[in-house]
Amino acid sequence: MAGGERGGETIAMVAQDAHAHSAPQGFIRKYIFSLDHKVIGIQYYFLALAAVFVGMFLSLLMRIHLVWPGVNLPIMGEIKPETYLSLLTMHGTIMVFFVLTTAPQGGFGNYFLPIQIGAPDMAFPVLNMLSFWTTFVAFVVMIAAFFVTGGAPLHGWTGYAPLSALQSAGPGEQLGADLWIASIAIFCLASLMGALNFITTTLDLRAKGMTMMRMPLTVWSWFITAILGLLAFGVLLSAGILLLLDRNLGTSFYVPLVVVNGQVMGHKGGSPILWQHLFWFFGHPEVYIAILPGMGVASQILSTFSRKPIFGYRAMVYAIMAIGILGFMVWGHHMFMSGMSPYSAFAFSLMTMAIGVPSAIKTFNWLGTLHGGRIRFATPMLFAIGFVSLFVSGGLSGPFLAQPVLDIPLHDTYFVVGHFHLIMGVAAIFGIFAATYYWFPKMFGRMMSESMGRIHFWITFIGTYAIFMPMHYLGLAGHPRRYSQLTELAYLHDLIPLQKFMTYAAFFTIGVQLVFLFNLFWSMFKGPKASDNPWEATTLEWTTATPPPHDNFGGKTPVVHHGPYEYSVPGAPRDYTMQTDPATVATH
Amino acid sequence: MSTLSSTITIGKPHAGRGGDDVRPPSGGGGDDGRGNAGDYSRRLRRARLGIVVAITPIVMLFVSFTSAYIVRQGLPTYDEATTSYVRDWLAVSLPSGLLMINTVLLVLSSITIELARRQLNRQAALAPIQTIPGVSLGNERTLPWLNVTAVLGIGFLAGQFLAWRTLGDRGFFVATSPSSSFVYLLTASHAVHLAGGLLALAYAVVAPFLGKTLEFRRILVDVTVWYWHFMAVLWIYIFALLELAR
Repeated sequence: MAGGERGGETIAMVAQDAHAHSAPQGFIRKYIFSLDHKVIGIQYYFLALAAVFVGMFLSLLMRIHLVWPGVNLPIMGEIKPETYLSLLTMHGTIMVFFVLTTAPQGGFGNYFLPIQIGAPDMAFPVLNMLSFWTTFVAFVVMIAAFFVTGGAPLHGWTGYAPLSALQSAGPGEQLGADLWIASIAIFCLASLMGALNFITTTLDLRAKGMTMMRMPLTVWSWFITAILGLLAFGVLLSAGILLLLDRNLGTSFYVPLVVVNGQVMGHKGGSPILWQHLFWFFGHPEVYIAILPGMGVASQILSTFSRKPIFGYRAMVYAIMAIGILGFMVWGHHMFMSGMSPYSAFAFSLMTMAIGVPSAIKTFNWLGTLHGGRIRFATPMLFAIGFVSLFVSGGLSGPFLAQPVLDIPLHDTYFVVGHFHLIMGVAAIFGIFAATYYWFPKMFGRMMSESMGRIHFWITFIGTYAIFMPMHYLGLAGHPRRYSQLTELAYLHDLIPLQKFMTYAAFFTIGVQLVFLFNLFWSMFKGPKASDNPWEATTLEWTTATPPPHDNFGGKTPVVHHGPYEYSVPGAPRDYTMQTDPATVATH
Repeated sequence: MSTLSSTITIGKPHAGRGGDDVRPPSGGGGDDGRGNAGDYSRRLRRARLGIVVAITPIVMLFVSFTSAYIVRQGLPTYDEATTSYVRDWLAVSLPSGLLMINTVLLVLSSITIELARRQLNRQAALAPIQTIPGVSLGNERTLPWLNVTAVLGIGFLAGQFLAWRTLGDRGFFVATSPSSSFVYLLTASHAVHLAGGLLALAYAVVAPFLGKTLEFRRILVDVTVWYWHFMAVLWIYIFALLELAR
């Protein structure tokens, strides 16, 4: 038995029962309807990868149209204003839901949460499999909206009523909008199933010695994110149900007395503000769902590649919790221009400023982790540092928007677009990239190319700053968002050169993603073989084989004696102490 | 991994929460890493945790509906005729008697499902004795409480359909007025969730014929019971909201 060679570990690493369900046979059970959280995680990842290329393609069309509005594209022809609105609606929806809510949580969370806590699988493997396939169905339904009569909806990813509540409101607002709502409703159910699994697994399946305060910060972030999802997606589902009723059964939850094209619609008494409240009560926690896993991954990678414990582990845990809790109290900052009472606005503004505190704590702790470390600038580390940079850049425009009086000129301008793209469209994506480069060796048994990784990092880093930083200037100059024609107004016309610069930067940046794609697939088959622990990291996934066996630990349940970030511990034999190493050295 | 032998002195171990080096660290986590194998109580606790987590978003759904309901009641609407803002909330005339009967059915079904759970637990406790040849436990004619619950649940749903028909007869349809919209919304959402519970109940009823173990069936019935009690409490809440917050 392997325990023998480890000296004082007789009480550790005792052979336990093999995982309850044995490894499946047959292609369908192994790769399609797999119950293995690792396969499901990879399935989520590839779904998100497909979605991100669809989303990027849509944004490319948008950028081309903004600066060359008359251009005749193949198949599509000239992009009409309503088509532009459909593009931005679907771009936002696909990116927020099928990329940012899918890859970090469903992809990496599914793959690594059980392993990092020493469990053989998720608590409910069948439910896990169902949650992926339900997400897949939601994606298919969303894409179907492009191909029905009228096309995709044009009401924005935020779907404000009454534009989204009236079938006659515009092209794409008939079947396309119904499919959009249906897809989101299906996605809600899938996310709730996933959240159930994450929460139960984290609370109930931790290995011996894996206390809550020894869990890696990635696990904490997935856990808190799942709680956010559990509480928020139910409200989105309620909003969607009311919208479907208004659209199809003639109710008036959201629609007041309206006249469309001279025709009085049958609705009266509804409140568009109700939609805003319900949507943003979900919508704000949603953006924290998008960023928290990236923060967890950044903490993990910064610690590993600085060869230092994360600075202030406890503070990091409490900060994630604080962000989660405060995230439910700030939704009104998306509604400052909706006519709300200034007192409500003040309350929301105060809470929004408050949420900057735990975010700042995390940022300073990341810097504290880096400070004095023996930094190894491998590609995962580059993306993790890039994450911190972009989180700061994108995050700093938040407090500006959090002040109602500043939001008056800035609301619905490119200032907001720059803010959320830097945070979600770049920082969160960098979190996904960092996680990919970091965990690729464990998932696929091979190393990705470092040189391609560096090219990918630098060009993406420079490119995304070039695309999104100028948006703050555009917003301050009064450039509204969601406008498809910039040539009609003189002051917008004068901003076209800057838009052109951003479009060129977008070409440049999207182009280099092909390098990443090539690196990803080529390395899966041809990359140099990876050892079990190529980064010399401490957490449980690095104690097991590469790739991990079906039950994650080969029949031997780990026993944990150490915290997750014991790097460079004085007196330790090497500069990292794995969580399963014997409890002989003075540590946490 | 390197072997940690003579170079390490066992000094003062600070193995964190786990305690000292002499005994294994305690309280690591729910199941000490044994995955989903393990004893009944651990599996039951995990299933119960799962059902509590699953119930949470359903609560959020109805919190959301309640908030919309309360706010809508007080919202003024633009009235074309008088060109001013008026409150247009007119309470629906609910078939309260029928809804009361439905409530009684649901509460009864909560009792019967609880009896079913205890019946199954008793069956599990007595199972070892029943394997002793020659031992008879007397006449064990009891009602199939699970089936009774299912019938009561179907009766509740039928009663709800009847209530909706009655509302229709009185002229209150989904889109008739804001108050009628909410009545249908709240009652139909509850009915959909109850139907889901009925599916679980149906699965529990046929589980013995599918060869499921007694332990599996006990856990299944236990979580279904928790969900079912939640459905009853939720219905009482909805009924009270519609009757009292008019």
